[in-house]
Amino acid sequence: MVKVTIDGVEIEVEEGTTILNAARQAGGDIVPPAMCYYTGLEGSGGKCRSCLVEVAAGSERDPRPMPKLMASCRTEVQHGMVVKNKTSERVIDAREGVTEFLLINHPLDCPICDQAGECDLQDLSFKHGVEWSRFEEEKRTFAPRDIGDKIKLHMNRCIMCYRCVFVAQQLTNKRVHGVLNRGDRSEISTYIEQALDSDFIGNVIDVCPVGALTDKTFRFKSRVWFLKPMNAHRDCPTCQGIATVWMFGNEIYRVTGRKDKYSEIERHNGKTAWICDTCRFETKDVAKWVIEGPRIINRYSVISTNHYTNENPLDAKKDPKKLQ
Amino acid sequence: MESLSNRKKVVSNKKMTFIESLYIPVIAAGMGLTFKHMFQKAATYRSPEQKREFSPYYRGMHVLKRDEEGRENCTACGLCAVACPAEAITMVASERKPGEEHLYREEKYASIYEINMLRCIFCGLCEEACPKEAIFLTDRLVPSNFERQSFVYGKDKLVEDMNNRIDITKRQHTGKRGKR
Repeated sequence: MVKVTIDGVEIEVEEGTTILNAARQAGGDIVPPAMCYYTGLEGSGGKCRSCLVEVAAGSERDPRPMPKLMASCRTEVQHGMVVKNKTSERVIDAREGVTEFLLINHPLDCPICDQAGECDLQDLSFKHGVEWSRFEEEKRTFAPRDIGDKIKLHMNRCIMCYRCVFVAQQLTNKRVHGVLNRGDRSEISTYIEQALDSDFIGNVIDVCPVGALTDKTFRFKSRVWFLKPMNAHRDCPTCQGIATVWMFGNEIYRVTGRKDKYSEIERHNGKTAWICDTCRFETKDVAKWVIEGPRIINRYSVISTNHYTNENPLDAKKDPKKLQ
Repeated sequence: MESLSNRKKVVSNKKMTFIESLYIPVIAAGMGLTFKHMFQKAATYRSPEQKREFSPYYRGMHVLKRDEEGRENCTACGLCAVACPAEAITMVASERKPGEEHLYREEKYASIYEINMLRCIFCGLCEEACPKEAIFLTDRLVPSNFERQSFVYGKDKLVEDMNNRIDITKRQHTGKRGKR
């Protein structure tokens, strides 16, 4: 066990834990944002730079500060390390710059995008970005493409986090898509227009932090804040069958994996509960699911508008006696 | 009890003098005031013939704007519907097909857009929420009717006519966002 201090919060974590995961174990608002790191995907992280933190003291043995800001998702903690995240002005400034860079080629078409309301980039730019842009050049544009008949790729919105590539590599038998070209010309593409077909390829939609990969069966059907996310499960021969169904009345509009507050798929029975494509795209009949109940939503999320379950209910709601 | 507002006037039963009891100077002063008003501008206006000027921010019937090329601005993002406190707005989104680029500005558009004018409280929050400068409240009034169903206004009544465009420049006093 090593001891690490993040923004004044002292926590003991196992050796080999990254700063980001140590902060997540401590919880609260000291957790740096992460756009590309994904716990369930091996090798992810280190691409987007939104999780940069300042290491004020490297370790107990060598307490010199690290000269540059470190990507917290890839830096392992050492005993006696002192990390500054939101208390560091350098970090806040750098994160503003990172957000500006991520938005340089982003089309900002949130009113059209199906991801709006649950988008990590929206949250990041709301929290750490600025409200104007200094970018005056032409944004790079690509035409929307179909990847298979169930997934739509909007390359304009992509921030090159590589999560979908890791999903295809690690969850499915064969990967036929990857990143072509370099620099700002790089794009996600399938190998010679080959469609992605695999039982688990739908998970690229869930891992995508922006709206670059979206569900074609839900395309423009509704907006996420009009739907009510419900926990549901079913007996599935391929996957664990633990999912969130997004309902409007008694109709299921779409099915996604159960995402935690870091928008990562929750772990169930010791495994990440990826859902298969049959559950995601073809099982939209309410009778086929066992609905457990409404999901707990952060009360500051737009998804919680007009919904009744909140993460932090008012004191009076917790204890009805206080109402009197 | 002391008056909290300190504006209470105590009635006095002071005895009037002889001049005051004649009432003539007071009547003359009152008639003079009446006479003066004959030469002042009338506070009222002749309603059916004369039209009163609306405030530039008057919140009347909505309009769904088109851009300069006549394409609909609305992308059916649903922000007006979620902002609406009266739940008056509903819509169905559709995807623009190739060849319809001259009709709709973005790849998504509202194929059905309805405002229930009986539910609407004309608060203007839809206008404020709109990220695409598509919906505006105008100085037009919603005409009365005997049929409740006729107050559900669809796109046929809301989208502006290209030959009879509605000027909302006075309302756009905030300017474009995101520029500094």
